[in-house]
Amino acid sequence: MAKKILTEHINVPGIETFDVYRKQGGYTAVEKAIKTMTPEEVVEEAKKSGVRGRGGAGFPMGMKWGFLAKPEGVPRYLVCNADESEPGTFKDHHLMKSIPHLLIEGMIISSYALGANKSFIYVRGELMYVIRILEKAIEEAKAQGFLGKNILGSGYDLELIVQPGGGAYICGEETALLESLEGKRGNPRNKPPFPAVKGLYQSPTVVNNVESIANMSWIINNGGDAYAAIGIGRSTGTKLISASGHIEKPGVYEIELGVSVEEFLNSDEYCGGIRKGHHLKALVAGGSSVPILPAHLIMKTANGEDRLMSYESLSDGGFATGTMLGSGGFIVFDETACIVRNTWNFSRFYHHESCGQCSPCREGTGWMEKVLHRIEHGHGSMHDVDLLVDISKKIEGNTICPLGDAAAWPVASAIRHFRDEFVWHITNPHEATQPGAVYRGEMELA
Amino acid sequence: MTETPNLVAFTPERLEKVKEIIARYPEGRQKSALLPVLHVAQEQWGWLNSEVMDYVAGILSIQPVEVYEVASFYTMYHLDPVGKHVIEYCRTGPCCLMGGEDVYGHLKQKLGVEAGQTTADGLFTLKEVECLAACGWGPVFQIREQFYMNLTNDKVDQIIEDLSK
Ligand SMILES: Cc1cc2nc3c(=O)[nH]c(=O)nc-3n(C[C@H](O)[C@H](O)[C@H](O)COP(=O)(O)O)c2cc1C
Ligand code: FES
Repeated sequence: MAKKILTEHINVPGIETFDVYRKQGGYTAVEKAIKTMTPEEVVEEAKKSGVRGRGGAGFPMGMKWGFLAKPEGVPRYLVCNADESEPGTFKDHHLMKSIPHLLIEGMIISSYALGANKSFIYVRGELMYVIRILEKAIEEAKAQGFLGKNILGSGYDLELIVQPGGGAYICGEETALLESLEGKRGNPRNKPPFPAVKGLYQSPTVVNNVESIANMSWIINNGGDAYAAIGIGRSTGTKLISASGHIEKPGVYEIELGVSVEEFLNSDEYCGGIRKGHHLKALVAGGSSVPILPAHLIMKTANGEDRLMSYESLSDGGFATGTMLGSGGFIVFDETACIVRNTWNFSRFYHHESCGQCSPCREGTGWMEKVLHRIEHGHGSMHDVDLLVDISKKIEGNTICPLGDAAAWPVASAIRHFRDEFVWHITNPHEATQPGAVYRGEMELA
Repeated sequence: MTETPNLVAFTPERLEKVKEIIARYPEGRQKSALLPVLHVAQEQWGWLNSEVMDYVAGILSIQPVEVYEVASFYTMYHLDPVGKHVIEYCRTGPCCLMGGEDVYGHLKQKLGVEAGQTTADGLFTLKEVECLAACGWGPVFQIREQFYMNLTNDKVDQIIEDLSK
């Protein structure tokens, strides 16, 4: 069995309660950090661990903490990003509902490290039942002296607030999240200034993903070096992967970074293989925003090396032949899946979720959806394929926040790797629009 | 239909809850309470009409337009009357891979309404939403706080029957 850092105790009955969590060694990391370490020493352990942001961008967490401005007399904030809305991603949902104290414990340690006395967990509003679970856990921790005034007699005060969103993917983008937390529309801010300097209420702020923060208990208990010893190269530690689509066992799995894609997909410890009687056609490895890969580029890189579940290996080959680990939303497509239909579905998502601030994104996502809709519904023309590529290029890099890129990449990559399938839809509109019709031309399956 | 809000005031318990929410934020930052307070309002009235939004603006000492622009930006707030049960089904890729389109088609047929519509008896409103962070357990829909997962036509029939009682 591979190393488990986040999910070791997740199936212990009653683990959502303080007592059971505590019996499994919970909150010892808070005691260790607050009683025996300075905030700087906690930051140092985070740096040593090499843990990278698990929200999608993979930025080293300790380094981000090091950038936090500390002007005298100005409060600092820690905000946990639990907006989890990237299609294919459901790991934070799973973690928070199953073992809420792991996040609460991580929030206390991280807030102490950053000198924050009021910290927020921003949870997408649809997960109201999870918000209630977290609020209950916070009450329990408070009753035991791990939260509130003068924690464990140290003189350190911390209040934790769970904030619901209102339903908007864009609020996962950290500056849109801060706007939303201030009670406004989720329009991303221009950067600079970065949140580390001017974030929530114009004060220095760190925003980190649920999973990133949840790692802190283990890191404090075992040391940053021990964490860095797990994983492979600069992909240290473990990662929660949300596996969905045409596999035997969809679900959330904790992997040691560096396990091969083949093992993750086919072993019974994880996905259990493609569903019986079917074959792998395509994979989105890191949430809907990352480039889709065809079967022949999934298990092996273009150089013929084993493809691994790590930041580096998944991006090997750049966008020409690689993809990204992203948020770890692992979506599997077998030969019954229509790439055109899925691409249209994703483009509709981005169009729906664009905040509307930047013209290239607001207009471009609408055009991509419209063109994909007509191809999927048998009204496309050959010119449309290049038109889509052209629109995606005009969005990419031309927007305030990366939602534009996230909308462009799935479309550009689907055309890059599955152009024949788009062309087939255009040249065989009658056949392609039959219910359940899927392109079965020349294509490598695995 | 849920009753139209006319006597616009939170119940005493909800008002208490709202005051608690407002007190969480630093001095002068009470606007941060807007999203959570709108959720409480929707819990009471089922949807948000302009009277309710004006009332919330008054409680938070902000302009009504600040409430309208937020309520209209986020998808969870209903700006029109809804049925007793709002069924919010996920239409995004992974749920569709798991047969979502068929199941939702069955749901629509069963209720005799399309997305965005309410059944004639006012019991159900159908609403199409994007990914609900439950993709491995799809197809999925949500009714208030409850998630219904791994949906099949049979499960849908059962859920609708239970809620129709
Ligand atoms: C459109 C968009 C949506 C995002 N959604 C999320 C999200 O749901 N959860 C998350 O943690 N990060 C999300 N991010 C990334 C955040 O902006 C930010 O990088 C992250 O919360 C930082 O935390 P980390 O370094 O611990 O990953 C999103 C980014 C973009 C551009
Ligand atoms: S795609 Fe339906 S919950 Fe994510």
